[in-house]
Amino acid sequence: MDLVLVIVVEVLYAIGALVLISAGLAVIFGMMRVINLAHGEFMMLGGYATITAVDLGVNVFLAMLVLAPAVVGVLGLAVERLVIRHLYGRLIDTMLATWGLSLLFIGIVTMLFGNTTTGISTPIPGFALGDYQVNGYNFFIVLVAAVLLLLMLAVLRSTRSGLIARGTMQHSDMAASLGYNPDRIYMLTFACGSALSGLAGAVLAPLVGLVPTSGGAYIAKAFITVIAGGPALIAGLASSAGVFGLINQIFSFAVSPVVGEVALLVAAVILLRLLPRGITDRLFRESL
Amino acid sequence: MSINRRHFLGGSAALTGVALLGYPAAAAESIKLGSILDTSGIFDAYGKPMDMAMRLAVDDINKAGGLLGRPIEVVAYDTQSDMALYSQYAQQLTREDRVDVVHGGILSASREAIRQILRRSGTLYFYNVLYEGGVCDRNIFINGVTPAQQVEALVPYAMNKVGARTIYILAADYNYGQITAKWIQKYVGDNGGETVSVDFFPLDVSDFGSTIAKIQSTAPDLVIAPLVGGAHLSFFRQWAAAGMKARIPLASTTLGVGNEHKVLTAEEGNGIMVAYNYSQELDTPENAEFKRKWAAAYGDDTAIHEIAVSNYQGVLTWAAAVREAGSLDRDAVVTALETGISIQGPGGMVTVDAKTHHAVLDVHLMEIENQGMTVIDTLPQRQPIDTQAVCDLEVNPDDNQQYEIEI
Repeated sequence: MDLVLVIVVEVLYAIGALVLISAGLAVIFGMMRVINLAHGEFMMLGGYATITAVDLGVNVFLAMLVLAPAVVGVLGLAVERLVIRHLYGRLIDTMLATWGLSLLFIGIVTMLFGNTTTGISTPIPGFALGDYQVNGYNFFIVLVAAVLLLLMLAVLRSTRSGLIARGTMQHSDMAASLGYNPDRIYMLTFACGSALSGLAGAVLAPLVGLVPTSGGAYIAKAFITVIAGGPALIAGLASSAGVFGLINQIFSFAVSPVVGEVALLVAAVILLRLLPRGITDRLFRESL
Repeated sequence: MSINRRHFLGGSAALTGVALLGYPAAAAESIKLGSILDTSGIFDAYGKPMDMAMRLAVDDINKAGGLLGRPIEVVAYDTQSDMALYSQYAQQLTREDRVDVVHGGILSASREAIRQILRRSGTLYFYNVLYEGGVCDRNIFINGVTPAQQVEALVPYAMNKVGARTIYILAADYNYGQITAKWIQKYVGDNGGETVSVDFFPLDVSDFGSTIAKIQSTAPDLVIAPLVGGAHLSFFRQWAAAGMKARIPLASTTLGVGNEHKVLTAEEGNGIMVAYNYSQELDTPENAEFKRKWAAAYGDDTAIHEIAVSNYQGVLTWAAAVREAGSLDRDAVVTALETGISIQGPGGMVTVDAKTHHAVLDVHLMEIENQGMTVIDTLPQRQPIDTQAVCDLEVNPDDNQQYEIEI
């Protein structure tokens, strides 16, 4: 019985982690159609920002939830102004440019912090669930992911800026003729997406040993989750993270974590064969 | 007139005599030590301190007057963590630079990339890294610990310390992890224990939540973890975060080789049991002297790790053999090494095992404590029994392969 509870906790954690990993990409790739191959490096930078801040004596939650997203958001702003804005609508060119960016970031971080593993310990103690000890930080990840989804939903659905952003992504000419500046809206949306990636990297940092190349571990999962999610931003993110997180953990428990990762990829292939445009192309069609 | 052999030899001798006249000038000509290491790229955390250690050893020898009255000159190449560059630079070292000895290689893949090139060109080769064992080649000398040396010491110590009977193994999924896991199973059995499960993880796995739950449902008395690299370091962090440290003790054959224990916090690392040839906390005059020299040369001594010390000891061993042989000729130096030459290094006494060209060395049982490795006990002069089981260069000097050791 306790084991069932532990499995439920781990499944929720896996879903939460997938939501976090993919949220930034869902905005940048799902909404803006920019293939950001530097997504993993944005996350890695969020992690390094957190670790640096904590080493300087900043409270760990402040560093994770405020500082890291702010730092990576500003960086995203600079990247958009310097590189991405010249390449909107040119898919292959953006891929090349962002791939180059990812190499650049890895190089810079290696120069600054060295190529050794760094990290901070988890700020929440483990606790007992019946006969089992569980990582208390898992609940924090689930909580952050849930709040993040609700917040994104609220902003996109109920605020004026959310509406303008969605409108601009659908028809930038129309938005421009209504008096909004698409250039500025693209810039801010990209910065928001970057900040979300930074947040994900920051929140996951205490669970891993961070190296400059850590970003590579996230990028494939993020793209798979966003693509399998389909056109609806939030419903897509939640549903595909739910499916993949569940499958991943069930196979991890039943066999091993390696088979869990394989099962996730196999599930993605099958899903995209059945629903080539993603889950929300068929289900939850009217949702966001 | 026809040139017969006698005339020819006489003429050659005369020429050699002429050449010898110039000898005093050539006496100062330096001995060339080739070094080939990844001092940039993803393996530089290993390679940089190895390079620093090698230069420290060479400087020491030069300050003391060099070898055979000649100074040593280092010819070093950075392979940039790129396996393709190893064979290229090995060719360069043997053909262009014509070095007298090569020290280097980090990953087993890099060693295998250059071993044959050095053998063919008759250039003596030292590989100074802990590795999976089994290399049998008269041209190579290896002074890192092999799995059996380490595991033979660690397993009984850890099992006795915590009174463990059931053991759970978590290992990295490539040859090192697989081979080490086999040795752990063997010694667990020999010490009256039982291995309840062995799980392998590719090097990029960083999420161990389900594994930690699984371990708890098995409830072993001890977990032994030959995990490798940054992603796997997450295991130790998540283990502590789940509050498991107080429940099931941990031992590892890899944590700390690249100073990973300094990345974990004291609470995460404390109490993990390990066994290596070196610890910065080793309390011997040789280690104190080594750390003092390192700090004098490089500012602070925190970068020193296991394989940097192995590299240092490799250079010292080679130098001792050259002195003993009184020559740089490869066969003369190999013969000197095969007399079972010993040096006293920072990690203790290192003795060449003539049969395998591996090292007989001290293995220290340690516990991680406040980001250091506290030495609990020292097992002196452990034999490389894994490689000894398959390799005998005294009987079969032309052997040239890496054995997979059946256990």
